[in-house]
Amino acid sequence: MAAKITIRELTMAYGDLVVMHDLNFEIQEKDIFIIMGGSGCGKSTLLRHLIGLQEPAKGSILYGDEDFTATDPDERGSFMQRFGVMYQSGALWSSLTLGENIAMPLEEAGTISAATVRDLVAYKLSLVGLSGYKDYYPSQISGGMKKRAGIARALALDPDILFLDEPGAGLDPLSSRRLDDLILGLRDSQGSTIVIVTHELASIFSIANTALFLDTATKTQGAIGNPNELRDRSDNPAVRLFLNRGDTPEPHP
Amino acid sequence: MATAASSPPIAVWQQEGDAATLQVSGDWRRDGPDVKIEGTPPPHFPAHYQLEKLGAYDSTLPAFLLAHFRTVKATDQEKPELPPLDSLPDNLRGLLELALAVPEESDAKQSDPSSSILGRLGSLSLAFWASLQALLDFTGQTVLSLIRFCTGRARFRASDFWMTLQQCGVEALPIVALISFLIGVIMAFVGNVQLTNFGANLFVANLVGIAMVREMGVVMTAIIMSGRTGAAFAAHIGSMKANEEIDALRTFGFNPFDFLVLPRMLALVLMMPLLTVYANIIGIFGGTVVGSMVGITPALYWNQTLIAVDLTNASLGVIKSVFFGVAIAASGCMMGMAAGNSSAAVGQATTRAVVASITAVVVIDSAFAAIFTMLGI
Repeated sequence: MAAKITIRELTMAYGDLVVMHDLNFEIQEKDIFIIMGGSGCGKSTLLRHLIGLQEPAKGSILYGDEDFTATDPDERGSFMQRFGVMYQSGALWSSLTLGENIAMPLEEAGTISAATVRDLVAYKLSLVGLSGYKDYYPSQISGGMKKRAGIARALALDPDILFLDEPGAGLDPLSSRRLDDLILGLRDSQGSTIVIVTHELASIFSIANTALFLDTATKTQGAIGNPNELRDRSDNPAVRLFLNRGDTPEPHP
Repeated sequence: MATAASSPPIAVWQQEGDAATLQVSGDWRRDGPDVKIEGTPPPHFPAHYQLEKLGAYDSTLPAFLLAHFRTVKATDQEKPELPPLDSLPDNLRGLLELALAVPEESDAKQSDPSSSILGRLGSLSLAFWASLQALLDFTGQTVLSLIRFCTGRARFRASDFWMTLQQCGVEALPIVALISFLIGVIMAFVGNVQLTNFGANLFVANLVGIAMVREMGVVMTAIIMSGRTGAAFAAHIGSMKANEEIDALRTFGFNPFDFLVLPRMLALVLMMPLLTVYANIIGIFGGTVVGSMVGITPALYWNQTLIAVDLTNASLGVIKSVFFGVAIAASGCMMGMAAGNSSAAVGQATTRAVVASITAVVVIDSAFAAIFTMLGI
């Protein structure tokens, strides 16, 4: 069976400035796939390529067997409907309440009764621990709550693939832990594939099946694999350095 | 994604003694038919579930169950926090456990604004009083800031000032030129049609000249600057507010009024008279162009304009422009400073700034009209 997402020879660039080149990896169904790397290495840029907000300079991205990058940007609707995206700062629509933020995609997606929308909104907010905050505007809640509300909105249409950009950044350890549980729970119960951009080591080790390390020095992928394995046994010293928070133990035999 | 052969979602409540059983069948899909509920939902959590006939489902099923749990919890606070979920399949139980992990924040409900007429009147009055206080506060702070500037104690970046000067001066020239030229042309055409009836079409030059230098030049410039610069001030300062940049200024010991309001106010007060003189000249030029089309030579037109427009007349518009500059800069900066911390709030602040500055311009202009009439100018 084809992988859920296949990335082939992907080169990302802003004009002449190459951010990363020759990325080759696969994301399997029901994976919790982490994209990690130092600040400014192009993690979020890679995410923007995966969801079609930016066009690759070279290479292609396949969803199942279908070539996403070869599809006309105007005709990517059928792909996009399967995506749920949480942006770094939540990106909630500030003129709508949290409830309306979640209800809008539901109402636009097709005919749906008001009662169902109400129940779904309450359920999605409960999932991220924000039940009761339906009538709040994004400007009235804290940064961490905005992040969680952003996840609730990303979940609105029961996405097949969930993309999360720095979900744990700026959260306290307990909220961060709860978020990890939520991500695991969603994967197990809903069967979603989850792609996360992060550099929170605790989350990386506790939830990731597979992690991709983007190496700033070589501008290409440094390593891919299970993060615990990579930490102890990667041949790439930059990966070990990153996963050991700067300590450089010798690789385990 | 709807499947071809889908059966409608049905929920059946069965009560046996104290225990309720929920039988769920069909396909529970967001884009499918509405849920059919049979029997009365019990006032307690269901003890058993029968899911043999359950087809495919998405979030609508856990959302339906959660809605029932929440109603039960709301009617009876004594009920245990978590309903029995053991008889549910793993994935459904997992989702509901996630959803129930954090109890509903009942204190979080937003208080509804009072809907009675008296209540609304009260909140309107309070809001009016608050905005009056904000206006006084802003005026006071600005005056203090000006005093600090005059005594050389105000701190702001000179480059900010020059940049603002350029934005509300040189960069406004094309639009001011276009509008003033057209205003001159329109007035000349209208005047010509009327004055030709009396054989006095040479007086088009008087009409255009006096109207331009006393009123039209300065008012049109002020309105352009309200929409262009006043709105930009509000949007810029409002976004800075939303981004905590103003708090950052404060914590570094910069006074936001000195740093943001003062340079903008100074720049606009300096530029408004110059733009007004420019607008006046272009407007009169517009009149000249129309004049030459209807048989008044440019030399004759210019001569007639010089007779009609004396220095007193010409100075009136320029004097007003200084006050308009203060009003526009103050509206823009004040609405920006008062903006809330979201992108929607920045939009509201910009709208308010433009409305306030255009209103202020017209009100100030009326006041001047009254004063000039009394003075007989």
